[in-house]
Amino acid sequence: MKKAIERLARHDMEMVIGNVLRAGVIIAAMVVLSGGTIFLWRHGYAVPNYKIFQREPVELSSIWGIIQTSLEGHGRGFIQLGLLLLIATPVTRVALSIFEFARQRDKVYVAVTSIVLCILLYSLFGR
Amino acid sequence: MSILIFTLLILAGSVLAGFLGALTGLGGGIVIIPLLTLVFGVDIRYAIGASLVSVIATSSGAAAAYVKEGFSNIRIGMFLEIATSIGALCGAFLALHLATSSIAIIFGLVLIYSAYISNKTREENLSTPDSDRLALRLKMNSSYPTPEGSKSYGARNVPAGFGLMFIAGAISGLLGIGSGAVKVLAMDRAMRLPFKVSTATSNFMIGVTAAASAGIYLKKGYIDPGLTMPVMLGVLLGASIGAHFLFGAKTKKLRTLFSVIIVILAIEMIYSGIKGGIIK
Repeated sequence: MKKAIERLARHDMEMVIGNVLRAGVIIAAMVVLSGGTIFLWRHGYAVPNYKIFQREPVELSSIWGIIQTSLEGHGRGFIQLGLLLLIATPVTRVALSIFEFARQRDKVYVAVTSIVLCILLYSLFGR
Repeated sequence: MSILIFTLLILAGSVLAGFLGALTGLGGGIVIIPLLTLVFGVDIRYAIGASLVSVIATSSGAAAAYVKEGFSNIRIGMFLEIATSIGALCGAFLALHLATSSIAIIFGLVLIYSAYISNKTREENLSTPDSDRLALRLKMNSSYPTPEGSKSYGARNVPAGFGLMFIAGAISGLLGIGSGAVKVLAMDRAMRLPFKVSTATSNFMIGVTAAASAGIYLKKGYIDPGLTMPVMLGVLLGASIGAHFLFGAKTKKLRTLFSVIIVILAIEMIYSGIKGGIIK
């Protein structure tokens, strides 16, 4: 009986995680697509230059910059916002797993998952 | 060439890369980076940034399906993600300081290795239901569905698997690929997990690993929206089409052909890296 409940809980958790992953990717792809449409509409006839590497400006590489640029309706900002949502998808998945492990009173895995989340948050928000 | 034409060409190439990547199980990144650098003359740093993002998209999409089928082991995946994500950070920092010609050479070598691994027939482990002590303490034993009903399995050699996963993460962060080949190796060979479990769990982990380095790449301005947009959408589309063909019987021939292409691309990457002129 206990085993059956455990299996059910595991299944539950896996379903939630699966749905989060799928939804995140779909939303991100739609935002990127709409940003891309605006970008091509406005700049489609310009000449591309990706041969010489030049770092993206702060407006397109910092989280606040990206949010501001996309609020101003810039296509490139929108694309970056979509990409940011995409990067956030696995991060959300990890965060949700902490709750699930906590619900199962699995302290070891609450700790393990928290370490992973810290590394991801450092990557996104650290200097 | 205008941005519009360029975008459409990149989109078409990315669909193909995603399709082949899904069909062969090697992932889209392995094709997209040589395609962008060698064919389109894109700087390898832009190519890595774009590829990394597409890796997150495809792996999250595929992982969603695998997780629902019950093959992936979330505990094993989560534990090993400590190693892959730290490795990914190290790889990304390394990429910021390494000369692009060296990155091209390393990429070529990893390409050859991946082609070799994908052609080797994987022997199914005689997986035992018992774990060793550390794996047992980490509750890594589980079960997975088979045609004959649910089958239980255990895990072994966790430290060795953890070490290999760090390397897998570093390669992923340095080169912008999923490095599923190394991940599967760690779980197949070192931890002796069943075939389907290691494949599914690897897929489940690739997105988190890539997210760890993608944050660094984004902040450092390596991810260009104009280039990444068609790459991400194209690879995602191609991979979803490829996943539906996954059960076709002709995959073996295709895999051999694909490996030949990959080795040629690898030699080109190494050559241009040594010459240092083409890929700056």
